[in-house]
Amino acid sequence: MSSISASDPDQESHFISYPTFLGRALWSATEGSLAFYAWMTLLTAISLVGANAWAHQVAEGMIQTNMTDQVSWGLYISNFTFCVGLAAGGVMMVIPAYLYDDHQMHKVVIIGEAIAIAAIVMCTLSVVVDIGRPDRFWHMIPGIGKFNWPISMLTWDIIVLNGYLLINLHIVGYLLYMRYLGRTPNPVWYVPFVFLSIFWAISIHTVTAFLYCGLGGRPFWNTALLAPRFLASAFVSGPAFILLVMRILRVTGCYAADPGPARTLIQIIRVAMVVNLLMLVSEIFTLFYTGGAHASSAHYLFFGSHGHDGLVPWMWSSIALNLIGTALFFLPSAMDRSLVRVVACVCVLVGIWIEKGMGLIVPGFIPSTLHEIVEYSPSLIEWKVVAGIWAFGFLLLTIMLKLIANVFNAQPVPERTTVATGGGRG
Amino acid sequence: MTSKHDSTALPVINNFSRRAAVKGGFATLGAAAFVASISPLRQAAKQTTAAEFMQSHYTELSAEDKQAVIARLEADAKENYGADVTIADDRPIPGTKFVYAINLSVCNGNGKCVEACHKENNHDRSTNQSYIRVIEMPKGTMDLEQGSTTYTGTVPQPDKFYLPVQCQQCDEPPCVDVCPVQATWKEEDGIVVVDYNWCIGCRYCEAACPYHARRFNWKKPDVPADEVNPDQSYLSNRIRPVGVIEKCTYCLHRTRRGKLPACLEACPTGARVFGNILDPDSNIRWILENKRVYILKEELGTKPAFFYFFD
Repeated sequence: MSSISASDPDQESHFISYPTFLGRALWSATEGSLAFYAWMTLLTAISLVGANAWAHQVAEGMIQTNMTDQVSWGLYISNFTFCVGLAAGGVMMVIPAYLYDDHQMHKVVIIGEAIAIAAIVMCTLSVVVDIGRPDRFWHMIPGIGKFNWPISMLTWDIIVLNGYLLINLHIVGYLLYMRYLGRTPNPVWYVPFVFLSIFWAISIHTVTAFLYCGLGGRPFWNTALLAPRFLASAFVSGPAFILLVMRILRVTGCYAADPGPARTLIQIIRVAMVVNLLMLVSEIFTLFYTGGAHASSAHYLFFGSHGHDGLVPWMWSSIALNLIGTALFFLPSAMDRSLVRVVACVCVLVGIWIEKGMGLIVPGFIPSTLHEIVEYSPSLIEWKVVAGIWAFGFLLLTIMLKLIANVFNAQPVPERTTVATGGGRG
Repeated sequence: MTSKHDSTALPVINNFSRRAAVKGGFATLGAAAFVASISPLRQAAKQTTAAEFMQSHYTELSAEDKQAVIARLEADAKENYGADVTIADDRPIPGTKFVYAINLSVCNGNGKCVEACHKENNHDRSTNQSYIRVIEMPKGTMDLEQGSTTYTGTVPQPDKFYLPVQCQQCDEPPCVDVCPVQATWKEEDGIVVVDYNWCIGCRYCEAACPYHARRFNWKKPDVPADEVNPDQSYLSNRIRPVGVIEKCTYCLHRTRRGKLPACLEACPTGARVFGNILDPDSNIRWILENKRVYILKEELGTKPAFFYFFD
């Protein structure tokens, strides 16, 4: 019935066999159990709710959001900032895998790259839903529009994010395609791109930080620590997300890796989270010890100001979650395949989502540049749109993971290296 | 699953045609649901004509292009607002650099400038929009944190002074730098303008401005036909489309025709002084040379073309 066993791929042009591979891959990635279909249906439904909310926002104007001239960026740009971190962090396992030649990591690397792809798509969507005139999107296309490069940092962000997407699509596509053909991947075609993606991962988050920290009129963002803090927190959120995804894949029996790579990820998280918290302390000290105008946003964020305290619960939840998550990661049992590890990952993911989003973007606008205090909390439409973006991201990720699992599982299982049981390091 | 097939790595599914039918059915259903979910966009698409969608950047429009664009915008104003308007394309006067100054010893916070701006520039009535904000400040400080923009009651209060803030038409405008599509730029007479038909509405300029000078059209502006100011210019007070940024243009549709800004004309105290700084005999030049002058947030290096002075 199936025509999958086509002619010898060596004799076929890649122009034919690569699309064929993609088609078959998509076909096989949409095969699964009833639970899988239920999951996919749920994600599709939420995505559609988001698409509908966005369509209403476009038709009726952005008055549908709770943003104002004072707080002119809100949940969308917050979510964008977090997703850039997720995308950058997703590739962080590439460093141990290739720089230190850790072969066990290779099976995890491709998962990280898939997460990076889904996260970049979510970034792009988060920006698209934030612009008032999506119909004028073509004004941003170099050549036919007017691309204000290199002066506008936003144009840099457009370049690095799209470049990052292409690099990762190439790496994932090439590695899977070669496995599908039953060939050994030729390092010339992917190792340079892997190294490029490492530098590129750092660049996407640095440039995103520069979007904010280059603005002299916003003292809360105008700090040289912003880019390093973004990177440190990305090296927590990325690996934490990968750990959760790997756990789900193992529990559902789709795809399993050795326990070794996960321990490397936890070591990365431990260091990065401590560095992140240290920088947060340094930031808080500088703001509050100096005082003055620089501290007014921080005052509002942490303690409320002039009777307004909308962000106070968000920020303290974030700090509590980050501290609890960090403490849990330092427990010996985090090195095992334990519940502690899962809880720790969830804590830091939620903590960082707040810290980088509602805890960073929104207070940049409160008080406003004329020191008006106008508070912001997202509208229902904004929540629906963001839920839709996440659902769509998960939809893409599920399909990619399914595809990776299918391609890898079809191969003879590679010989496992012996791993010490217990894993009671640290 | 795949063992019987030699050259492939992907699992093979039996019962191909039935599954293909089911999957095709679901895909069709999904596509239909997607189309239904984004159907409100059809409403929005109706409001954008092909000519508007394809319109080039202001600086790339030829004289004929501009004529066509302006005719279209005038027809739009008639259709959507029931108003007969004239939209001109006022260009800078050579040898002119406009500068504004406000006498803080005289301003009494009556807010007439705010109101005049609202009417002159065809601002949205329901949000009571204006390019000017007046801050009521306690005497003895220049710290904006001590001020209030929402003051009510009689003015002036004995222990207060009043600081009107609008676009400072900076010589180093951060808003222009950050725009990803060059929809905003500084013209030769110093006025920072926006091409409302090119702006994509990302609001990066609104985040970059240290003076809260920019406004976003969160909704389609609502102006009754008899209140529309028909005397308009492409780069200034024509009724703005939804979803784009707008800002103070020193009323270029007036000042480039030799008139004074609406906020100045409305001011009952005579606190406002406007003029061409390149003219050595101008009043504004004398004030800047002889008075004590204060520049708002001078430390940010934005080099405003807007000054505050004291008697």
